Amino acid sequence: MSETKTTEAAADEPNIRIVEDATCTFCGCVCDDMELTVDLDANRITKAKNACVLGRAWFLQHGIEDHPQAMIEGREVPLEEAMDEAARILHEAKFPITYGLSDSPCEAQRVAVAINDLVRGNIDTTTSVCHGPSGIAFQGVGESTATLGEVKNRADLVIYWGGNPAESHPRHFTRYTVTPKGRYIPNGKKDRYVVLIDIRKTPSSPVADQSIRVKPGRDFELLWALRALVRGRDISPDIEEITGVSRETLDELVERMKNCNFGVLFFGMGLTMTRGRHFNSGALLALATDLNKHTHFVAKPVRGHGNVTGADNVVSWQTGYPFGVNFHRGYPRFNPGEYTTVDLLARGDADAAMMIATDPASNFPKRAIENLKKIPVISLDAKPTYTSRAARVAFMVATYGINTGGTVYRMDDVPITLRPAFDSPFPTDEEVLTGIYTRLKALRVNGRKKAA
Amino acid sequence: MILIPGRSSKQGTSLNAGKLKEEYQTITSTIEMNESTMNKLGLSTGDRVRLSCSTGKVEVACGKPRKDEDLPDGMIFIPYGPSSSELMESDTAGTGMPMSKQMMVEVERLGAN
Repeated sequence: MSETKTTEAAADEPNIRIVEDATCTFCGCVCDDMELTVDLDANRITKAKNACVLGRAWFLQHGIEDHPQAMIEGREVPLEEAMDEAARILHEAKFPITYGLSDSPCEAQRVAVAINDLVRGNIDTTTSVCHGPSGIAFQGVGESTATLGEVKNRADLVIYWGGNPAESHPRHFTRYTVTPKGRYIPNGKKDRYVVLIDIRKTPSSPVADQSIRVKPGRDFELLWALRALVRGRDISPDIEEITGVSRETLDELVERMKNCNFGVLFFGMGLTMTRGRHFNSGALLALATDLNKHTHFVAKPVRGHGNVTGADNVVSWQTGYPFGVNFHRGYPRFNPGEYTTVDLLARGDADAAMMIATDPASNFPKRAIENLKKIPVISLDAKPTYTSRAARVAFMVATYGINTGGTVYRMDDVPITLRPAFDSPFPTDEEVLTGIYTRLKALRVNGRKKAA
Repeated sequence: MILIPGRSSKQGTSLNAGKLKEEYQTITSTIEMNESTMNKLGLSTGDRVRLSCSTGKVEVACGKPRKDEDLPDGMIFIPYGPSSSELMESDTAGTGMPMSKQMMVEVERLGAN
């Protein structure tokens, strides 16, 4: 593991530390060129050079919370007692579920998988309500892929579909895809053509050379029309009425896509969270595949949370499936819609839940939240949330990337090492999960529950 | 009308301060519509409205109007948060993903702020 590069400041500022090449874990860009100024007396970061507006808020707002390490039903308890109780809940449950994980390092994600393997539970990540439909599409259609470094160095046509990176991933344009100069893109933005396809004008729009406005819910039809044109087929004369995009615009875009040197389609929640879901993602991935008959073309989902891509990787290498994995039969099974958390909670299947770095009590559908409130919940988070407030057992954990090291995956599946800035009095989520795992092992014989 | 929840810079920065803080709760319960739609509904900035659908209902505030060319007629944008979740159906059509954007809602004016 890399050493944390730190510089202690001059003698007149003895309690200031500079951390170079720190990594921001707020979003899936995982920018690893941060220079953090840390006030060691106050235990907080006072400056985050190179950070975007979201990254600055991430670093500057994560100090040390005035909060107990562990609580049971709102009562402060020793950490050990909370881990005992969490293990008891998972051990006694018939259908325990674990969810979240996209704001935890891979080392903690691995322990969460082991816990569910042990208790024959169900593990799912925030991917299921993010690019889960894309995960389904990858299995059905395949993925023509690239790293962001390749995009930076080679892409002369960059298309964003159903996303607003200026607000969700502010450095995506400036660090990887639009403005940076690359090996074969010596003039940066001047050598690229940027297209933005969305239903509305967003703060990302000014970056684009061309903005295409699609009617809400008509992404699939537009993608399928593009596929047909790329393959030399004719399309409905009503295409503009159906999609809101003229035939001339489509023809021009198709020619541009076929004739570029290296094209990339970045796609966001505008495809996965709307009508069509995995069909939308699948159509886009198939379009990228079709275009490879003419030129080099890749497609990448723009991922939200700092280590949601790590969650996909860890759960995949541990179980064979990326999310929504069930161990009830003693081996992993994958079935979105059945083993994904919104469905499990909405149906009332789960009788205990462990929520790691996530807040479903705030952002899940109402019926799922109502059922979540009926079962014992274990919460691990770095800040108080709606979920931690309602949890039976709540752990306050150290913030990954700020207080802890570890590994995260950038949205293009490149692993990056974290460089912590200052210590936290709170345990890491890996330490809490390992404590729970150890207790569960002791409660079981040969992996099975001991006879009553 | 079509409700489109999504990310915004302010939603992202207030998220870091804490979801239980007032700033996050205000940002995630403020909607945007274009000028024509707001005029048609007799709404002004700061007015309270009720959004409702078969799943639930929620009271939110109207933000500043967007230009007509920036946001289509009949469309409402709201930053992701507890308010948008209140209106989200739990059915995922076998994918694990609830329909989190493009939700059909009714808008009812409640009065000035």
